[in-house]
Amino acid sequence: MTSFSRGFRGRRMGERDPRLPPGQYDTGTTWPVLTAEATPRLSTADWTFAIQGLVERPTTWTWDEMHALPPSTYEGDIHCVTSWSKLGMTFTGVSVDTVLALAQPLPSATHVMAFGHTGYTTNLPLADVTDGHAWVAWEVDGQPLPLEHGGPARLLVPHLYFWKSAKWIAGLRLLDHDEAGFWERNGYHDRGDPWLEQRYQGD
Amino acid sequence: MDAPPRISWQTARLVSVTDETARAKTFRLRLDAATPHQAGQHYVIRLTAPDGYTAMRSYSIASAPDDSAELDFTIERLDEGEVSTYLHDVAQPGDELEVRGPIGHWFVWEADSPALLIGGGSGVVPLMAMLRLARRRQVSDLLRVVVSVRSRDDLYYADEIAGPETTLVYTRKAPPAAGRPPGRLRAEDVAPALLPDATAYVCGSAGFADSATDLLQELGVPPERIRVERFGPSG
Repeated sequence: MTSFSRGFRGRRMGERDPRLPPGQYDTGTTWPVLTAEATPRLSTADWTFAIQGLVERPTTWTWDEMHALPPSTYEGDIHCVTSWSKLGMTFTGVSVDTVLALAQPLPSATHVMAFGHTGYTTNLPLADVTDGHAWVAWEVDGQPLPLEHGGPARLLVPHLYFWKSAKWIAGLRLLDHDEAGFWERNGYHDRGDPWLEQRYQGD
Repeated sequence: MDAPPRISWQTARLVSVTDETARAKTFRLRLDAATPHQAGQHYVIRLTAPDGYTAMRSYSIASAPDDSAELDFTIERLDEGEVSTYLHDVAQPGDELEVRGPIGHWFVWEADSPALLIGGGSGVVPLMAMLRLARRRQVSDLLRVVVSVRSRDDLYYADEIAGPETTLVYTRKAPPAAGRPPGRLRAEDVAPALLPDATAYVCGSAGFADSATDLLQELGVPPERIRVERFGPSG
């Protein structure tokens, strides 16, 4: 269904940026903070990251142990379901492939539940966090990731809507089935592909 | 998992536009059929230009759940916002708007448990839906509302929001009867409104939400009983 809005022309500056998925706008230099929880007071000394569930070697890394792993960088865009996108960002951390290679997923693992130090959860197919699709990131544009943006470290899954990139990431639990996480139980889509506009359950 | 029904786009008609403050108006929309919502939920409003360009933003419902097909949205005009400027400057009663909702099952209150609502500025909108629900159901004793606002001129629902549940905190300019000099929200403003076992609902800008949730934690409210809705630039 499309009906035109009388007198609406929009505020485009020239051509639409091809990096913007449908229904998204460029937020420019601002980076909105959207969180459903209180921002935790989480120091690097308290932060840990764990791989649990269906793996050969359940493993927990400290801040220093994570930083001893080979670093990896993402350069590109992020897309929030509330319709802003932020283009041309640089995040640095460790590829999820690196930590999974150490923990060794069992063949039965098909999905992950990402969980944060606040108790936040979000579900993802395993394929969406492997093969260079996901990071545990602690630096953005050359600076430490601010607390309100999920610092000291957050999950980064930039090809999906940004609620999948769990702030204050504490780990991934590998599962042999899909289970709804926090926003997914509260009306949001299980996968969240911005190019398919998978915003809400049923999209 | 069972696939839930898709929330479809539908056409709503703008019924009326009412000034709340110099920068905020309440837009009353009528749907084709009543669509049940929960207090605290939001809708997406989508605008489409003749060449197919679209812009959409999320707006909280201000009206309490009821059986009518009408919904109120109070929307601040943001100079850089292409949706809010259209709604304020161009849209008129009788116009059609595409909407989708209601959305979100987290920042909602069902009028069945104690709650403390803390709103900053335009963040009061979803809390107003909860207050209206409490008053309609006559369960106002479950609810306390703390509103932080710059001045009386910036207060939404000024004639309606005051009541035994409500504490108004003026941050820049306080009317003589305010009983408190203007200033930022403090723990002593919030403490008297903290009912035992209350869930706190905080809505406002990111900065306001962070300071309010810090106050709540200082007062001993555990993080798992704090629900937050931070306003991004919803232009």
